[in-house]
Amino acid sequence: MSGKIVPTFTLAFTLNGGPVRVETSPGRRVLDLLREDLGLTAAKEGCGSGECGACAILVDGAAKLSCLMLAVQLEGREVVTAEGLGTAENPHPIQAAFVENGAVQCGYCTPGMTIATAEFLAHTPDPDRGQVREAISGNLCRCTGYVKIVDAVLAAAKAAPGESS
Amino acid sequence: MSRNARCPGSLDELWPLLEEGVTIMAGGTDLLVRRRGQVPAPVACLERIESLRGVRVHEGFISLGACETHASLLRHALVRERLPVLAGALQVLGSPLIRNMGTIGGNIVSASPAGDTLAPLYALDAQLELVSKWGARRVPLAGFIHGPGRTGLKPGEVLAAVLVPPPEPSALQHFEKVGRRKALAIAVVSLAAVILTDGEGVVLDARLALGSVGPTVARCPKAEALLAGRRLDREALLAVGEAMRSEIAPIDDLRASAAYRREVAGNLLLRLAS
Ligand SMILES: Cc1cc2nc3c(=O)[nH]c(=O)nc-3n(C[C@H](O)[C@H](O)[C@H](O)COP(=O)(O)OP(=O)(O)OC[C@H]3O[C@@H](n4cnc5c(N)ncnc54)[C@H](O)[C@@H]3O)c2cc1C
Ligand code: FES
Ligand code: FES
Repeated sequence: MSGKIVPTFTLAFTLNGGPVRVETSPGRRVLDLLREDLGLTAAKEGCGSGECGACAILVDGAAKLSCLMLAVQLEGREVVTAEGLGTAENPHPIQAAFVENGAVQCGYCTPGMTIATAEFLAHTPDPDRGQVREAISGNLCRCTGYVKIVDAVLAAAKAAPGESS
Repeated sequence: MSRNARCPGSLDELWPLLEEGVTIMAGGTDLLVRRRGQVPAPVACLERIESLRGVRVHEGFISLGACETHASLLRHALVRERLPVLAGALQVLGSPLIRNMGTIGGNIVSASPAGDTLAPLYALDAQLELVSKWGARRVPLAGFIHGPGRTGLKPGEVLAAVLVPPPEPSALQHFEKVGRRKALAIAVVSLAAVILTDGEGVVLDARLALGSVGPTVARCPKAEALLAGRRLDREALLAVGEAMRSEIAPIDDLRASAAYRREVAGNLLLRLAS
């Protein structure tokens, strides 16, 4: 959009539990809004076209692709990024299970994997392997071969029965 | 200068935007991919327009709001229990993330020959409810889709709902998609079948639709007529499968050859063998 003046608006939504107000273009890609304007870099750009899931975030509890969302869609919504699941000091049980099960190698896919897992376990607290494989089928990992990721999701389900998001 | 993206809260707020020439966006999983996430032209998101959502029984139809996502449709008991042929397609559409965003209306208006909801909706004889500032009209889905990416949607119009006449509860409903991989697969061939039999297993009415074998989904009237009056045994299905192969005009592309598509299209029917 170089050279063109793009009108902005004040976007208000809940981000990782706290209120946010930010001046932005309504058509700004949510992935860019999070990473560049708000400094939250957990959501990653892998493909920019819906194929890899590295950019996944929770919007009102549903895992969505922030590379295919526009800022205006977040107005009034509740957004959770992987930063909002837990921190290095105080990880979410899903994040802890990923670390303990060796499901993190380069880590590029991990934020998106854990976000997809959070929504999945909230609906399916006691999954089998096949269900887990299906649940993460929109998240690509080039490192682990998925076996350890599936192990981690199953371990997370056992660790936090019934409450996982 | 007006904003480059908006979320009108009602159809009344949408009409003036359509007059300005905005592009409609539902889940954005086709539109924004085509534009690599950028919005050069102004868009209007439909996601906050309540009247474009909901699943209900209306005038004898099961009405599916155009802005229902694939995931929300799959959670709905009416879809799972009365329209399993559609549920089967929704289940294998994209990935869980795509299903949380993509809508049935977007799948129809994109009019991709590989659009997974289309073969089931053709086999179900679905109709579309189109609305504009000036009123509403109802058209059969099959007449609405003209070719890849081409539909009968008029300027100022929105697809509001998909109206599906529910098949008899006893009817056999079947969907199968053949892709090159399990997740995120674009269909090489898909088959949707809705078949009503009598108490003895003799076919009273068969509706067969094939996806990804031509510029639009193909209903197979010759094969449907051949199946009527017969049982779903191997012999009948082989003969009907042969008829189906003659009714389609698949192409070679990077996913499969025309010959492979034609072969598989006929074989898929064998899954119905009782
Ligand atoms: C990674 C990936 C995998 C995919 N896998 C599959 C797959 O397996 N099977 C499949 O069928 N599709 C697949 N798709 C394509 C896409 O997700 C679906 O077609 C989806 O249903 C599109 O819906 P949408 O709401 O996102 O459409 P949008 O992108 O919002 O819109 C698509 C088009 O329809 C128009 N439109 C949308 N809603 C309306 C309406 N109510 N009235 C009038 N016009 C409207 C828009 O203007 C636009 O031209 C995939 C896409 C991606 C990115
Ligand atoms: S970056 Fe969004 S799906 Fe790959
Ligand atoms: S750990 Fe490297 S992509 Fe998954």
